[in-house]
Amino acid sequence: MKGSMKSSRNIVKIVIYVVCIVLSILSIFPFYIMFINATRGTFEIQQSSVALLPSSFLKSNFQILTGKSFNPFVGFVNSMLISSGATILAVYFSSLTAYGLVAYIWKWRQPFFTFIMAVLMIPAQVSSIGFYQFMYRIGMTNNHLALILPSIAAPAMVFFMRQYLVANLPLDIVNSARIDGAGEFYTFNRIILPIMKPAMATQAIFTFVAAWNNLFLPVILLTDKSKYTMPIMVSLLRGDIYKTEYGSVYLGLALTVLPLFIIYFMLSKYIIAGVALGALKE
Amino acid sequence: MRNKNINYAKYGYYFSIPFILAFLVFSLYPLIYTTVIGFTDLRGIGRTAFKFLDNPFQNYQAILNNPTFQKSLFNTFFIWIMNFAPQILLALLLTAWFTNRNFKVKGQGIFKVLIYMPNIITAATIAILFHTLFGYPKGPVNDMFMSLGIIDAPMNFHLQKWTTRGIVAFIQFWMWYGNTMIVLIAGVLGIDPTLFEAAEIDGASATQIFFRITLPRLKTILLYTLITSLVGGLNMFDISRLFLLGGPDNATLTTAHFIYNQAFSGSYLYNRASAASMILFAIIAMLSVAMFRLLRDKDDARQKKADRARKKAERAGRKEARA
Repeated sequence: MKGSMKSSRNIVKIVIYVVCIVLSILSIFPFYIMFINATRGTFEIQQSSVALLPSSFLKSNFQILTGKSFNPFVGFVNSMLISSGATILAVYFSSLTAYGLVAYIWKWRQPFFTFIMAVLMIPAQVSSIGFYQFMYRIGMTNNHLALILPSIAAPAMVFFMRQYLVANLPLDIVNSARIDGAGEFYTFNRIILPIMKPAMATQAIFTFVAAWNNLFLPVILLTDKSKYTMPIMVSLLRGDIYKTEYGSVYLGLALTVLPLFIIYFMLSKYIIAGVALGALKE
Repeated sequence: MRNKNINYAKYGYYFSIPFILAFLVFSLYPLIYTTVIGFTDLRGIGRTAFKFLDNPFQNYQAILNNPTFQKSLFNTFFIWIMNFAPQILLALLLTAWFTNRNFKVKGQGIFKVLIYMPNIITAATIAILFHTLFGYPKGPVNDMFMSLGIIDAPMNFHLQKWTTRGIVAFIQFWMWYGNTMIVLIAGVLGIDPTLFEAAEIDGASATQIFFRITLPRLKTILLYTLITSLVGGLNMFDISRLFLLGGPDNATLTTAHFIYNQAFSGSYLYNRASAASMILFAIIAMLSVAMFRLLRDKDDARQKKADRARKKAERAGRKEARA
């Protein structure tokens, strides 16, 4: 009796491992094909489009790729500027706002927080036409600041940071800093920010990745090729000029995935923990 | 205590000013502007001047009667359901397995890392990658299906309406079930373990525990996942635009993509696009209300707890000061 239960449990366990391994392969395999085909010549891919081993056409693929409109370096630098700028502003000002909400008791505190919760889910898409017209009128299309400055107001991050502070802010430290004569702003920058580091790190990763991957607003605002971000560069691969250059298309895709892969596999532990935290804690 | 004499309340305002300014300029003003444009004749590339329409709701009527808009709404919801139903089921199954204490699945860390991975990759890249993978007449999927004997001749997936909707739904599913799984696992780990122990002692089976204890306790988190996924699905743009440019015959055109096409291609109908944005906004606002209730209830409990702890600390502090 006990033996049969144990063996049925083993069967279930085998099923679990098989399913998990199949799902893991499903996650990797498309990218594997992409990386391998990035090194293969177009005629090789036309012969058979799946191969397990790389070939030797990486260089010629790269020459064809960059010989046309795709410029990975410009895209990389622009995306880096926008994503870093947006991340720094969002993390700093969200922490500041959250601290204002937690450390001080002021009349409009609760209404303000209610307001932040109310606008938490409003996506940039629904106001994009007005945003575009506004930026066009003040000559800010093709200006990266139009994609960076709005990050100062990131309601979802303020919400997260506030939850973190409510649970972790030691008011004693704030009080003793006051007794020592530290100004409020100094206290925030020198004492509170270090305490918030773990929360800031998780939020920074996700903001950076989201800004890096964003296509909608950049594609509306940026028409100048020298301002293109990585996702706009990628969308060029969908155009007719790359129609028959399979190897180059795969290489272009691979170049945009590579930085994310590096970040992800270096920080995966924190990212997974961050996803778990990002949902309603408790 | 010294701080009694100083009024710190003003710092609450100071620290919130940057957020409020940025929100007013970059979110609220554009939102109001979009609303206004929805009632005007603003169209044509590079134009900013507009007149209000005699019939203020003309754009709304045009959009609501536009068959492409109706189709885009249908596509958006259809693709969302096709991705969300299997997504939540698989995520729940994996959650049940990974948190089951009898199985003690090894290598969970690596499985989670791999299953979650597609979620952080640029959606634009993934859309084009899948376009290439499903290429015709030569493409990895066609090649593999042929060598496995599933099909005899290459299939042009890109021309089949329901297949392409299915592929877009699959991409969404593939990108998001790992995320949902991690959120659900976090939810299960947050449940009081004594509940599970008590149930085990009472002789409940793993299935009973899952359906009677785990699932009911996950209700809030499931609702949260549902709402965020729905809002995300309503805004889906990148995959629709880059997988098949909304085709074939608008089969994969989503609402956000429709709005983009209205405003930034053809005759640049900013006014129609604004009206469509407002309709989308209304739908999202209703979902946000549900979300707001959900978060507020959770937050009230937390705030009360924190306030109680703070009062206790203050009382202790006062006692110390007196002593």
